[in-house]
Amino acid sequence: MSTRLSSGGRLIDRTKALEFTFNGKRLRGFSGDTLASALLGADQMLLGRSFKYHRPRGLVAAGVEEPNALVNLGQGSRLEPNQRTTTTEVFDGLSATSQNHWPSLEFDIGALNGLVARFLPAGFYYKTFIHPRAAWKHLFEPLIRQSAGLGRAPVERDADRYEYFYAFCDVLVIGGGIAGLQAALVAGAAGARVLVLEQTAHWGGRAPVDGVQIDGRPADDWIRNAVEALERMENVTVRTRVTGAGVYDHGYVLADEKVADHTPGDGRPKHRLWRIRAGRIVTATGAIERPLAFAGNDVPGVMLASAVRDYVVNWAISPGDRTVVVTNNDDAYRTAIALKQAGLAVPAVIDARPEARGALPEAARAAGITVLTGTAVAGVKGRGRVSGVQLCPQAGEGGAVTQEIACEAVAMSGGWSPVVHLWSHCGGKLVWDEGAAMFRPDPARPPLGADGTGFVFAAGSANGALLADQVMGDATAAAEAALTAMGKQAGAPATPESHAEAEAPLLPVWIMPQGAGPDLRMKMWLDYQNDVKVSDVQLAAREGYESVEHTKRYTTLGMATDQGKLSNINGLATLSNALNLPIPEVGTTTFRPPYTPVTIGALAGEARGEIFQPLRRTPMHDWHAAHGVEWEPVGHWRRPFCYRQPGEATSAAVNREVLNTREKVGLLDASTLGKILVKGPDAGRFLDMLYTNMMSNLKPGRCRYGLMCSENGFLMDDGVVARIDEDSWLCHTTSGGADRIHAWMEDWLQCEWWDWKVYTANLTEQFAQIAVVGPKARAVLEKLGGMDVSAENFKFMEWQDGHLGGFAVRIFRISFSGELSYEIAVPAGQGRALWGALHDAGQEFGIAPYGTEALHIMRAEKGFVMIGDETDGTVTPQDLNLDWAISKKKEDFLGKRGQQRSYLSSPDRWKLVGLETLDGTVLPDGSYAAAEGVNANGQRNTQGRVTSTYWSPTLRKGIAMGLVRRGPERMGEVIDFPQPGGAVIKARIVDPVFYDKQGEKQNV
Amino acid sequence: MLILECPCCGVRAEESELAPGGEAHLKRFGAGASDEDFEAYMFARKNPKGVHFERWRHAHGCGKWFLAARDTATLEVFGTYPAQTKAPPAELIAAIKAKRPHWEGYE
Amino acid sequence: MSEPVSALGGAAYQGFCKVQEAGPVGMLTLRGNFASQVFVNAVKTSVGVAMPKVRAIVTEGDRSLAWMSPDEVLLILPHAELAAVRTRLTEALAGEHALVVDVSDARAVLTVSGAGAREVLAKLCPVDLAPDAFGPGEMRRTRAAQVAAAIWMSGEEEFTLIAFRSVAGYVMGLLTAAAAPGGEVGVFA
Repeated sequence: MSTRLSSGGRLIDRTKALEFTFNGKRLRGFSGDTLASALLGADQMLLGRSFKYHRPRGLVAAGVEEPNALVNLGQGSRLEPNQRTTTTEVFDGLSATSQNHWPSLEFDIGALNGLVARFLPAGFYYKTFIHPRAAWKHLFEPLIRQSAGLGRAPVERDADRYEYFYAFCDVLVIGGGIAGLQAALVAGAAGARVLVLEQTAHWGGRAPVDGVQIDGRPADDWIRNAVEALERMENVTVRTRVTGAGVYDHGYVLADEKVADHTPGDGRPKHRLWRIRAGRIVTATGAIERPLAFAGNDVPGVMLASAVRDYVVNWAISPGDRTVVVTNNDDAYRTAIALKQAGLAVPAVIDARPEARGALPEAARAAGITVLTGTAVAGVKGRGRVSGVQLCPQAGEGGAVTQEIACEAVAMSGGWSPVVHLWSHCGGKLVWDEGAAMFRPDPARPPLGADGTGFVFAAGSANGALLADQVMGDATAAAEAALTAMGKQAGAPATPESHAEAEAPLLPVWIMPQGAGPDLRMKMWLDYQNDVKVSDVQLAAREGYESVEHTKRYTTLGMATDQGKLSNINGLATLSNALNLPIPEVGTTTFRPPYTPVTIGALAGEARGEIFQPLRRTPMHDWHAAHGVEWEPVGHWRRPFCYRQPGEATSAAVNREVLNTREKVGLLDASTLGKILVKGPDAGRFLDMLYTNMMSNLKPGRCRYGLMCSENGFLMDDGVVARIDEDSWLCHTTSGGADRIHAWMEDWLQCEWWDWKVYTANLTEQFAQIAVVGPKARAVLEKLGGMDVSAENFKFMEWQDGHLGGFAVRIFRISFSGELSYEIAVPAGQGRALWGALHDAGQEFGIAPYGTEALHIMRAEKGFVMIGDETDGTVTPQDLNLDWAISKKKEDFLGKRGQQRSYLSSPDRWKLVGLETLDGTVLPDGSYAAAEGVNANGQRNTQGRVTSTYWSPTLRKGIAMGLVRRGPERMGEVIDFPQPGGAVIKARIVDPVFYDKQGEKQNV
Repeated sequence: MLILECPCCGVRAEESELAPGGEAHLKRFGAGASDEDFEAYMFARKNPKGVHFERWRHAHGCGKWFLAARDTATLEVFGTYPAQTKAPPAELIAAIKAKRPHWEGYE
Repeated sequence: MSEPVSALGGAAYQGFCKVQEAGPVGMLTLRGNFASQVFVNAVKTSVGVAMPKVRAIVTEGDRSLAWMSPDEVLLILPHAELAAVRTRLTEALAGEHALVVDVSDARAVLTVSGAGAREVLAKLCPVDLAPDAFGPGEMRRTRAAQVAAAIWMSGEEEFTLIAFRSVAGYVMGLLTAAAAPGGEVGVFA
């Protein structure tokens, strides 16, 4: 059993006991524990079930690389699946449950998969569930989904909040081990702005656990002093619990700060996503130990040697009374010695190398530990828990077991792999170091930054400097190189002496024993989380998967939530052996951000709830909200769709609003309309280029409807232009179009006609705009008083400044409904007051507000086009019969040349017409008019489509507009609109102006 | 991911302050242009792997358009310059040539 | 004419910083040729504040002049003085190609004050807000989360932010979330 030792544990505070639950069981740990260490301390070795075969799994690692020990953490609104116990700090009240099993962790039906593992090899799903086709959807997929997967996605809304932080620095140091701290000291001393990030809650990394001495004293002393020195430097910021997640172009780094993971509900943001712009980046991300591939290497109790050491030294955990160490290198002997020093038994160190005569093996022998060289593990005994190991010669095939040793834990080490992820994210290349059997950063091929030089520098173990004696020098060099690259002087940095026992070279061992047969190979796990074994990779190779990227996807090796931190190199070596190619020729898979999973909440940051998106409100927003509004999103704006009276249906409200406006008077919030001031001696000339019609000859005081086209000739926006004075025009744009059209204007002024004297200003938000519409509109304005709005003094398509009811206003007499209409602009701060004044003044005339739907119906009754309904980016003004608004006199305007292309001037184009169903019903929106014959795909040919369609309460029938081939030449013709299900609706082509064809009502 | 120094306000703007505008130094062909010229103006773009001249707007900033010379493969930025420029400045061309001896140059 | 009304009616929030909508503020956009003596003189005589250098904001008494772009400055002044100054400017610029326009109602003005003000803004704006990188006298146009904004230091521990009026509620929401207690980052302290 695993237990807590009675003394020791450099990271725990035994005076602070904490209580937590695992699968409902109440357990105790100490402050400083990870969930993993606390569970081990409580003899909870079995922590989960594997993904595919549901095999019992326990802890393998002690850090971010942990593939097995994932749990559901928290409950309800704070439930998070797939949380690594090894990186979860224990807090009082923590609740965790194991995942991927049914009905219980100890007894799991899915484990039956393990009995048929022989029949579930790599590519099994691809090969098996092909026929019959329907079975995939209805039988196989539901079954697989039921049994696969890890944790459960939370269903409740996340109770926590998240935020971003934009940070800037000269040198970003990722990793707070001794290499990172040394690099930070060098960069900090040189005066650079330095940011140091450490993913755990502790500084110093592995050095204290590995017994490293710095300047002749324990590493802990130096680490404490280094952190204090850095904290004193004003130009240096140090942060723990921040993971450097991704390195991107031009020095952009995303880092995930776990602010309150260990203090949930304390009011702080759960995570903070740091969005960092760094001049240079030093990656001091350390190295990760590799497992060894031997049969049964996934039985709970088989752990990485370094992890066993971490648990003993950092958290005073005994993984079992007897631990066998299996290795191909000297470093693992440190684990044997540490166990021994903690009073635990190490029956043997199994070393695959023919001999082990380095200082560490000798020290182990001196401590009374048996060292068996040239030996391999032939198999692990025990199912839910290690009970012993069987040994055989490493050189053989594993047929004959030479010895059995009883033990509760196995500590394995296959050597170390530098954490090159962050180096590689942005294109840094790797070299294969034959001697150390590892990929390390190639300093000649770093990721390149904005200035074309390398911007990432690896330091310490992350750079392949695995031995303590090398680390400090390497870190200093990395920091100096980073400083030099930025043109900064490093000064003469002091490089402390770091020292640990010397290590003899390792022997690359990719499987154990060397000649293991198929029976053993299918029990050797490479990727624990995705259940990929040596035999799967070998099968992939036999089936022709030569590229490591293909093998990865075929076998799912390295595709689990740990992204293959433990399995990639072993899998790669297995593949290279199977293909009989050297490892560097097989190459690695691509390292992609994030280094460890980043929760979606952190990526979303503050953008949720009310501030998920900017919501644009007009000055009258609150009035609408208080009067039964139904909102319509228009871009980010919220516009009233209609105002429902108590008990009124939406359609009834819309019809009432239309009729009230046509018969009496309506009030429309038109504030969202774009309003762009264009001023200057060349403004007229400029607008003549921008609009298809002439604007330079518009008289001050007058308004004109204008069209804007793209250079392709397609209609992109429309609106009324008012000439203010000799050199100023006010251009109205569509509601969604203001920013786009303003940018469009500035583009032409800045990039094409930069010598033209024109200034623009986007005044959209300066003014509230209110349309008073209907036969009684004039009466309402007269009631407010202050301006002569009579037909004689204020004609259609004129504008006037004045005071209306005490408000300084600008009134445009324009109409988008066909009714007598005044659009009144007032500074936005007055908008709500003017709206109220108009509403009050209109009471005796039956005034009622109307929304966008009534607006749309009324414009459709009049045959007015709407950008985005009648246009879709492929429609010209000519298609909409708007030739009258296209100047024949102007030599040029934007879009003119485009419209002259043969395709756009073809008489066969679909053109705007009105459509009326024969039975008066509403033609479904988006319906296509069928033509004779079929196209090359066997689909019915088409000859037109519906662009706008409404029930007209005015005319008491359905009305529609559409684009139909040669439509205007075919008035009266009846065409077919087939519907889903086979019905055909017949509609007659008619004039698109359905109401008041002479335009008398707006001109009274 | 991308940092360009806006030559109009001096800000080292990141990608979220910038809006892209495609290839720089296009010559407009309007009414009266031949089909070939118009087609080239509307649709023909260089799209090189390597040195490229582009339009960018400091949209969440001073609002001005500017031009940038960039390597589309390595994302190295050679320089930025005002939009009111008909062709890349000679110094910039020289600086790019120094870094990319095999570059065919700006035609 | 009723009294000017700001977008949020002076709403305030007290977190680890104070967030306050400023209420009605007078603002004029001036566009013109900064190299023109007529333009510079008109500004000087009509406004009484010197032209700001690139990305600067110059304050004299209760008037500030902020550099917005190479041909645009923003004059910020008490709302009550706006009409008179606009008239003076317009007259002084007669014959000059320039633009003077009232944008007071198009904007919302908010202040963030307190020791953590830099951090509140650094959660929303992609701008280096460290004390040695951003100080008084600088005008920075940028974005606050998803909307355009301009920020400057209006006091030792106070920033002013302007944004479009329609998104005043959104910006208030952003600043409120960023200034909520417990959100202190502790890097500029």
